Amino acid sequence: MSGKIRLIDENGLRVDGRKPNELRPIKMEVGVLSNADGSAYIEQGKSKILAAVYGPREVHPRHLALPDRALLRCRYHMAPFSVEERKSSAPSRREIELSKVIREALEPAIFLEKFPRTSIDLFIEVLQADGGTRCAGTTVAALALADAGIPMRDLVVACAAGKVDGVLVLDLNDLEDKEGEADLPVAYMPNLGLVSLLQMDGILTFEEFKQALNLAVEGCKQIYKLQKEALKSKCVAIKEEVEEACLQ
Amino acid sequence: MFYFENRQIVTPGELLAEGDYIAGNNTYKEGFKIYASRLGLVEYEGRTVQVIALNTIYIPSPGDQVIGKIEDISVNGWTVDINSPYKGILRANDAFSKPFKQQRDNLASLLDVGDLILAKVIAFDRTTDPTLTIREPGLGKITQGQIVKVSPAKVPRIIGRKASMINMLKRETECKITVGRNGIILVSGPSPENERLAILAIEKIAQEAHTSGLTDRIAEMIRREKGVKT
Repeated sequence: MSGKIRLIDENGLRVDGRKPNELRPIKMEVGVLSNADGSAYIEQGKSKILAAVYGPREVHPRHLALPDRALLRCRYHMAPFSVEERKSSAPSRREIELSKVIREALEPAIFLEKFPRTSIDLFIEVLQADGGTRCAGTTVAALALADAGIPMRDLVVACAAGKVDGVLVLDLNDLEDKEGEADLPVAYMPNLGLVSLLQMDGILTFEEFKQALNLAVEGCKQIYKLQKEALKSKCVAIKEEVEEACLQ
Repeated sequence: MFYFENRQIVTPGELLAEGDYIAGNNTYKEGFKIYASRLGLVEYEGRTVQVIALNTIYIPSPGDQVIGKIEDISVNGWTVDINSPYKGILRANDAFSKPFKQQRDNLASLLDVGDLILAKVIAFDRTTDPTLTIREPGLGKITQGQIVKVSPAKVPRIIGRKASMINMLKRETECKITVGRNGIILVSGPSPENERLAILAIEKIAQEAHTSGLTDRIAEMIRREKGVKT
């Protein structure tokens, strides 16, 4: 795997010029779709993802309804144009797996028991993929859920850490993910201090694993600040507008 | 101990208070810590900590007045869309003055699919869908006016403290305004112009619900709009 492409240069910088513990530039926006009950959009480096939430609403087909809590259904999907070579729009094995892990990363944060016999439908659409889409997808899905007014214990924020060219790095892009030695996506509930998703691909020593986990959690905390800002920005903007109008 | 100032914006999961407090609306308590569970404005009042949410989901509660749309006709009643995860059930016996007989009474002649009704929730316990009634003065089929939809979270703001906002709206626009707890509002006035004005005002209230001094600002807006037209 190594040898052909140098992922860390002589100055210790990564392929896109980042320091090992630096995140990609992140932009988030809430309430971008008017048809959905809640929605959000994220740009993390070159990855661009849209999330939409519908519900709680009646479950169709009816027999899937749970008597004691809401059913959370999640669809992670990559647009055919999201990668260089056209991706078939039918859900692949990988997409089905990611739908499941994202759902399970979000489930503990939602008060599902408040809406028995209903379903919450979550759609995560990857418009452009450049690594870290399961993490960015989880982050943006949590924003869309909060926007929909669904009661939550905490927001969920996700970020990956990994190892490339023997160096532990934060927030891997596509190249680092493919050519690197290890990838460790983590979803985290920052106020409760709980991890709701932990996967690992590749090989790390126990010591490296501990460091990488801490690195990922630190990354999550940084993204969480942006997440909060994105949620608040909409009503802050209205508030400021009104206050300005009052002064005139 | 409080971690925010009154009326600051909080996001789900943020720690609002620690100590011997009561968790109000849109918050939850774990040990002695109170966290927000929705995006909104935090309010500390005495020992209660609550969040005024920006967006909520309507959960029926007995006694609520709601506006719904007939969705389907079944053998002995109607199902009604009440802008909630649960659909309302209106039984035929409730709507007919004499006991309902399938052979004689035609449900569709009374309320057809697509009709709007003003109803009251009489029972709801989460295991069965909410039961509605129209057997009270003022309730029943809606025959005139216009409908505005807002988030159920904004309903208290549209009514205002001691109904100050809604009374002002009625006075200024000369419209009859019926607010359903589920966020659906019926406006009917002497002319389409009055109705337009009322709808404009309601939408502005919903948009700026989290700002202060709103009643005065809305009253001013209506007067200004009226001035332009006349």
